[in-house]
Amino acid sequence: MNGMDQHTLSVLVENKPGVLVRIAGLFSRRNFNIESLAVGPTEHAEISRMTIVVNCDEHPLEQVTKQLNKLINVLKIVELESAQAVQRELILIKVRADADSRSKVLETVALFRAHVVDVALDAVTVEATGSHDKLEALVRVLEPFGIKELVQSGTIAVGRGGRSITDRTLRPLERSA
Amino acid sequence: MTEQTSPVPAKAHAPSPLDIPTRAAAPKPAPHRPQTAPAATTTQETAAAVPPQVVTPALPAKVTGAQALVLALEQVGVDVVFGIPGGAVLPAYDPLLDSEKIRHILVRHEQGAGHAATGYAQATGRVGVCLATSGPGATNLVTPLADAYMDSVPVVAITGQVSTHLIGTDGFQEADISGITLPITKHNFLVTKPEDIARTIGEAFHLAATGRPGPVLVDIAKDAMQAMTEFTWPVPFDLPGYHPVTRPHSRQVREAAKMITDAKRPVFYVGGGVVKADAAAELRALAELTGAPVVTTLMARGAFPDSHPLHLGMPGMHGTVAAVGALQKADLLVALGARFDDRVTGKLDSFAPDALIVHADIDPAEISKNRRADVPIVGDCKEVIAELTTAIEADRQHGRTGDYTAWWKQLNHLLEKYPLGYDEPEDGTLAPQYVIERIGKLAGPDAIYLAGVGQHQMWAAQFIGYENPRTWINSGGAGTMGFAVPAAMGAKVGMPDSQVWAIDGDGCFQMTNQELATCAIEGIPVKIAIINNGNLGMVRQWQSLFYDKRYSNTNLGDKKAQENGTRIPDFVKLAEAYSCIGLRCERKEDVDAVIEQAMAINDQPVVIDFIVHKDAMVWPMVAAGASNDDISYARDIAPKWAEDGE
Repeated sequence: MNGMDQHTLSVLVENKPGVLVRIAGLFSRRNFNIESLAVGPTEHAEISRMTIVVNCDEHPLEQVTKQLNKLINVLKIVELESAQAVQRELILIKVRADADSRSKVLETVALFRAHVVDVALDAVTVEATGSHDKLEALVRVLEPFGIKELVQSGTIAVGRGGRSITDRTLRPLERSA
Repeated sequence: MTEQTSPVPAKAHAPSPLDIPTRAAAPKPAPHRPQTAPAATTTQETAAAVPPQVVTPALPAKVTGAQALVLALEQVGVDVVFGIPGGAVLPAYDPLLDSEKIRHILVRHEQGAGHAATGYAQATGRVGVCLATSGPGATNLVTPLADAYMDSVPVVAITGQVSTHLIGTDGFQEADISGITLPITKHNFLVTKPEDIARTIGEAFHLAATGRPGPVLVDIAKDAMQAMTEFTWPVPFDLPGYHPVTRPHSRQVREAAKMITDAKRPVFYVGGGVVKADAAAELRALAELTGAPVVTTLMARGAFPDSHPLHLGMPGMHGTVAAVGALQKADLLVALGARFDDRVTGKLDSFAPDALIVHADIDPAEISKNRRADVPIVGDCKEVIAELTTAIEADRQHGRTGDYTAWWKQLNHLLEKYPLGYDEPEDGTLAPQYVIERIGKLAGPDAIYLAGVGQHQMWAAQFIGYENPRTWINSGGAGTMGFAVPAAMGAKVGMPDSQVWAIDGDGCFQMTNQELATCAIEGIPVKIAIINNGNLGMVRQWQSLFYDKRYSNTNLGDKKAQENGTRIPDFVKLAEAYSCIGLRCERKEDVDAVIEQAMAINDQPVVIDFIVHKDAMVWPMVAAGASNDDISYARDIAPKWAEDGE
């Protein structure tokens, strides 16, 4: 993508009002682009987790991280390398499917291990999760049937292995120079 | 800003627990300085005339949210608040009337309160405080907050907000001030519960003063101030994500020390962070130990004595040729609390092309933001510089000493060939630089100097000799015209025993001079020197140089009035209308006398209208976006490093 790399940042933030706008505002003010953003609660009620995907070179990425770290409500930032992390998106697609085409649509859905979550006379709604590439492929294959509506979540990601990035955040942080 | 709704029933003046002993956790307030000015003592006497408050020593105490606010301000050591009341902040003003520890200075405009808080903070090193009501009161603080943010000034702004049930309804005098100030504050808070007020105030002062200092806004809903709560102190902070790093990494420091010793052409590039860190003494020790040259940016004037032989002056767009040339030819820049601002670097690609960079700053995000650092050091400048000195001393004990003899030969040549200077106008009118230079000479290095923004600001940075930190206060990053008068007011309140001079332009002065009323009434005897060229001088200079002398909208005078010999406005009359002393000076031979006359007046603000030549220009100059290598010493005179450097 324009020679720039895609980076996935997991940002742990205090679960307080206004934090999302601080993060989003920082990105726009500092002229950084957000590719996708997903926010949700974590296993700790007082911490929310944002997964932010950005397209940028190494140097601007360092600036993004440092500027995010300056926000008082940001607790921790970890860049998740794609090889060492599981990344998922969720997609819901309303595909045109009448009596004639429905079986072909269902066949495609099965191929991608997606699910049909709603059926109408002229359409089915397909739910799928997976990597960005897989979902892109699914959309490409369903396109010829006619996509009536499509909605997609931002990427969420978690590091592989047994370690947790939230654990240490909860302990009183000591400065490491 | 009037209250349209019916006023809240006045609270019963319950005994307020105003004398709770200060706990160790809170920063100790500096001793309240005696007010020398007679008018100032009036407020003090009035306060003293009130019978002593009934003391409620036991904590927690039952109080209103507004009382909790005032108690918390007292606990964190606030002695002065600059503000102006209005509907939503009314509850806070009621207990403020009873406080014996906090002096409230009633300003004429919220912008004045904000800049006064900044001037106070810059002069004293303590947190400046301003107070305003909701809506337009709060939005009038936007400019001073943006200004304080750009210059990393510890300021806490407290604003009243409409009651909780009205928030989000477009209520009367409602503005989302926390949303508005998100990008121009270090942090901000919206407080809607009375029990959160004291803790939030504690956190706000902690955030403003520690790490990289900056403005913090606390917006408090009116109903939260009216409701009852329990006041306890100290309160534990809830700031799990805030951990400023102050101690530098010792390996980085040793690496930097080695580079300084090994360098042939090092320069200490000193920024405002050194002043903020109170590290002037440490800097002097480091500079004298190494013998390397020092440049001080606009924000760092005074961090290193101008009279010191190692000092090359100010770098940047209007810096000295020696300072700019030193940066361009250096093989090592040791940036201390500086941020490689575009006004210093010029065209970034060609800035200091041969230099390795050591960059020490308390804010990790500044390091490598504009120029990649070879050795980054995150830490407080006071500690960084002290440790650098120790590390270099250790190197010396091992027989490793830097040798900059050849470098100084080059630099001395630039210093001698291109000293700061100016030409006297040919028409016999007053040179603005002369006026400023004489003020600096007569008031001396112990006075505090402030400036607005423009030509007069640059001349004040160039032609006054600064020997001490916190004696030069200006709006560097934001470039806020109108800064000088209110900031001088704040500086004088913080340092009442110092002579405080605002060097202002006639354009700047007209933006905020309403605070002269505050100065006169509150007994704040500042001295304002208006460098009056009848124009927006710096813009005019750019029009002269880059817009073919097409002077679009920079002449502040009126031709007809000038022919009649009248001035719009007449600053002397204006000063007198504000009960200040107004003086005018138009001739070189009168300059010293009028300055001395002003210096002799210590019980009233003084305004001097210096009528100066309108075509004087600020030199040297690096045009915006140009390379520092293309500096002009004067019009059409450009140094050639290659010839001049050898």
